[in-house]
Amino acid sequence: MSQTTRDTTPDATAGGAQEGVAAARPSTSARAVIIGAGIVGNSLAYHLARLGWRDLVLVDKGPMPNPGGSTGHASNFIFPIDYSKMMLELTADSTAQYKELGVHIESGGIEVARTKEREEEFRRRLSVAKAWGIEAEIISPRAVAELVPYLDPDVILSGLHFPTCGVVDSLRAGTIMRERAQGLGALEVRANTEVLGIETGASGHRHVRRVRTTSGDIETGIVVICCGVWSPRIATMAGAHIPLTPIVHQMISVGPIPLFAGTVGEIGYPIVRDVDTNMYERQHGGDIEVGSYAHRPIIVHPDQIPSNEEASLSPTEMPFTKEDFDPQLAQALELMPELLGDERVGIRYAINGLISITPDGHPVLGESPEVGGLWSAAASWIKEGPGIGRAVAEWMNGDKPEIDIHEADIDRFYPFQTTDRHVVSRASESFNKMYGIVHPAEQWADEREIRLSPMHQATRDRGAVFFQTAGWERPSWYESNSLLLDRYGARVMPREAEWESRWWSPIINAEHLAMRDGCGLVDLSAFAVLDVTGPRALDSLQNLAVAQLDVADGRVVYTSFLDELGGFVADLTVMRLSGDHFRVVTGGAGGMTDRQWIVDHLPADGSAQLADLTSAWTTIGLWGPNARRTLAATTPDDVSHEAFPFGTCANIEIAGVVGLASRISYVGELGWEIYVPFEQGARVWAALYDAGQAYGLVPVGIGVYGTTGRLEKGYRAFGNELTADYNLVEAGMTRPSVKAQEFIGKRAYLLQRDQPATATLCSFVVDDHTASDGRKRYMLGGEPIVSATGERIVDKKGRPSYVTSAGSAPSLGQHILLGYLPSELAVVGNRLSVEYMSERFPVTVAVAGSTPLFDPDNVRVRS
Amino acid sequence: MDILVCIKRVPMVGGRISLTPDGRGVDTEMLGFTMSPHEECAVEAAVRLVERDGGSVTALTLGPPEATDQLRDAIAVGANAAILLKTDGREWGPTATAAAITAVAEQHQAQTGRPYDLLLFGNEAADTGDYQVAVRVAHLLGHPCATGIKQLEVDVHGVHARREYRGVTELFELPLPAVLSVKEGINLPRYPSLPGRMRAKKAQIDEVDPEWQGDGLKLDGLRVPISERRQAAILGHGVEAVPALVDLLERLGVLS
Repeated sequence: MSQTTRDTTPDATAGGAQEGVAAARPSTSARAVIIGAGIVGNSLAYHLARLGWRDLVLVDKGPMPNPGGSTGHASNFIFPIDYSKMMLELTADSTAQYKELGVHIESGGIEVARTKEREEEFRRRLSVAKAWGIEAEIISPRAVAELVPYLDPDVILSGLHFPTCGVVDSLRAGTIMRERAQGLGALEVRANTEVLGIETGASGHRHVRRVRTTSGDIETGIVVICCGVWSPRIATMAGAHIPLTPIVHQMISVGPIPLFAGTVGEIGYPIVRDVDTNMYERQHGGDIEVGSYAHRPIIVHPDQIPSNEEASLSPTEMPFTKEDFDPQLAQALELMPELLGDERVGIRYAINGLISITPDGHPVLGESPEVGGLWSAAASWIKEGPGIGRAVAEWMNGDKPEIDIHEADIDRFYPFQTTDRHVVSRASESFNKMYGIVHPAEQWADEREIRLSPMHQATRDRGAVFFQTAGWERPSWYESNSLLLDRYGARVMPREAEWESRWWSPIINAEHLAMRDGCGLVDLSAFAVLDVTGPRALDSLQNLAVAQLDVADGRVVYTSFLDELGGFVADLTVMRLSGDHFRVVTGGAGGMTDRQWIVDHLPADGSAQLADLTSAWTTIGLWGPNARRTLAATTPDDVSHEAFPFGTCANIEIAGVVGLASRISYVGELGWEIYVPFEQGARVWAALYDAGQAYGLVPVGIGVYGTTGRLEKGYRAFGNELTADYNLVEAGMTRPSVKAQEFIGKRAYLLQRDQPATATLCSFVVDDHTASDGRKRYMLGGEPIVSATGERIVDKKGRPSYVTSAGSAPSLGQHILLGYLPSELAVVGNRLSVEYMSERFPVTVAVAGSTPLFDPDNVRVRS
Repeated sequence: MDILVCIKRVPMVGGRISLTPDGRGVDTEMLGFTMSPHEECAVEAAVRLVERDGGSVTALTLGPPEATDQLRDAIAVGANAAILLKTDGREWGPTATAAAITAVAEQHQAQTGRPYDLLLFGNEAADTGDYQVAVRVAHLLGHPCATGIKQLEVDVHGVHARREYRGVTELFELPLPAVLSVKEGINLPRYPSLPGRMRAKKAQIDEVDPEWQGDGLKLDGLRVPISERRQAAILGHGVEAVPALVDLLERLGVLS
């Protein structure tokens, strides 16, 4: 038995005083230092230990088991549903872990609707639940009241019941995981130890070297920041960014509730989410806890959070601001009048609890692109914590995380997205949408016009309706093209239901038809343009690309990048401009991750270099049967099919500007992507626009480029069809031969080619759009693909079938869906159904594989 | 019975106190505010008396406009009315504060023809700790006064109050109207109910603008005393720790 004395004041522990649990002397070196003993840090320590890591040190400035972060005041309930597949999978994994740890109580949970709009949202949600095999049911107010007897059924219209919803003891879970890691001899825990600095090596790319703490320095090559709301502050110590902000989530606890006196354990009644008021109510022992996301966004800078010593409760349980919560009292009282209206029960606890919120709502995971060895595992809810701990541990171990977490990759942020201004703006705007009905295409109101193309004014003058991607304002359609609606009449496939008409316009379909009839001009400035040069440029890119890049100068190659297991990492085009000079072009949304992937795989000796030229080159797309005539009218160069064949690129002169034209297409038409110096973009746009007037040219938005044109051609999109869960064979993207050179994922890819595909990507047409109310409904993506009689379809690897992309195909007069099916069901003519808004719509497999529905022989592209 | 309870808005400190850069105030930027703990007990005592015998509880504070928060807190737990003696945020000393409160009490008597039967205070404010206002008000009104009260009963004969002081129990019998200051422990204040909070939100707060009077009190600066180091000892783990734990509990006198 040892007896260790520790001081709880940081200054007293400085200088290496004895510290921690039974550790005779704190380590001065570690394989990895994990900062933060909340749910994520504890989970990460455990999973690293499980994977065989030793010499881990877990540091927290607060005491154990509740060091004072957000885990300590969490509401700890877990609804199994989410619109993000990644979040849903992390939640499922976390729930399984909590159950294994014995800290999960399945209480059930009910979301209640007060409005008709919410009831429709429930139907949408129910379909998502079905897609992922989550138990859920819409129930009547009376049925809700039977499960939650203190809820007034007259206030609600219906409930969405999740029987597998539960609550967990996240502090206990953390303690068990920490102890397991200690039991494996892998972990030293240092409580009450504050991190004072993170030192990095200065030579070349910076890399972490040492963590300075109030209980001594620790030499290490790996630091993981699991500091929740403090993460940005700790990252700054190493000169890196973790873009999140602490934001207040108000919560009160009311009791003692006489009805709960008999409850054994923590909870006996389902959790209620009163989603239309942005609130929840849950039993917590003898009390009922009422939480709110309805109040004004209250942002707290990480530097303003009080220390453990200063805080009256804990650092993240800040003083309750009553006036912000007052409007919620009435709404809670309305829903649970007897329980909360009881004068004998009081508000016993009330906090402004701090939680982390990121610009896009996803966690921030992975190794910092700014500092080597500095990892982030930040911005997690309780419901994802253990899953994130496991995924990041797998990643750190050099494995591919079992759950595809690329959407949470810390690499995804552009510099502007890491600024306080941006983070605070996005956090403020998204806070009140926590339980909101958020359309998949919904646009941000604030922090717009961050990146503007040189054509911006010209497109604005044509009535462009802008959607934002990676900060760029991209025309989605042009109001000036409303004149085309009359020309095409019913062929623009107007939509009846408001939901599918939101963030959409039939003008998109009119632009599509006009492009197919004449030609279209597209602002593609959001493309990321990455030049790779140097003696080993070819080798470096060959190592990443599936396609053969050792091609003649002036060839354009469409290729995927894979991970070691053959999952998709990127999907892009590469132009060989000259022997040692390649131009990689990829979508703006994935620009930073793709860039980092390339950079991470460049030779250390500098013999290949990447230059991000996104801000130097703007991109204009010109496609349609009249694209050549239009281009020819602006250039003295020969752009005939013979002189400028498909799949090639060349410098040409347009209106006196020298630009790079690349003859490829994502919309299935003859045409070019034209790269011109940014400051000359407006000039080239205007020249093409004017020249095209004689040939039926219209400006065409991303609605055509990204959806309708693409879907008619069955072109796959990264993040939709191309994810880490599927492979080239399943996506129908294999080529006759595999290049001789090595590339990442080749071994897996060769194996995949030798085996029958488990799943096959298909195109579907909807046979009947008529819903039970007589309206025609149009799927937007994410819906479950089920059998004709409504049974779920899951392939042999356990992957359920769902709609990966959906949209109009105006040239075909159809609404087209893409989605994977188990290969045995991927048979043309197979009749299945898609569940949308909780109704089944009949669909037929139109294509199994990659044959386009429109112009299947690709005559147009190659004309 | 009509009771006036006087409360004060003070920073809610739970841990180490930080001072403003000029060292002349408590840094409250990240702090909440509350009424002094003794005063919470005073409000509770008043509400209990009125719940039993009828009458009214009026909460009064002298402070900045934000101090209405604390008045509403008092209403949320049962006070019927509230008066804000509005200041510009400057700290009023005990003499001036007592004079302003006395003026309210006198005006009440002038308007209703009856004095407050009981004026309740906390024993001292949690921030300035002057221990004076109750006594000064009693003196100005000519009422009997007892301070540091931990037990209180009111009947037809008047107030029966009890205080513990250095092992001695003192019992006071005071005729009404009277002034008392109470200490934490006299009762366990209730938490506000939701209906209480909603009543408080809507309640009218009467405002009075007392004239600033210099008070002869000057603040030179504040100093945070060096706190004792809190020591935590780990006695051991699992069953092995039991003997050490028993030993400690015996030393503390918990076990005998």
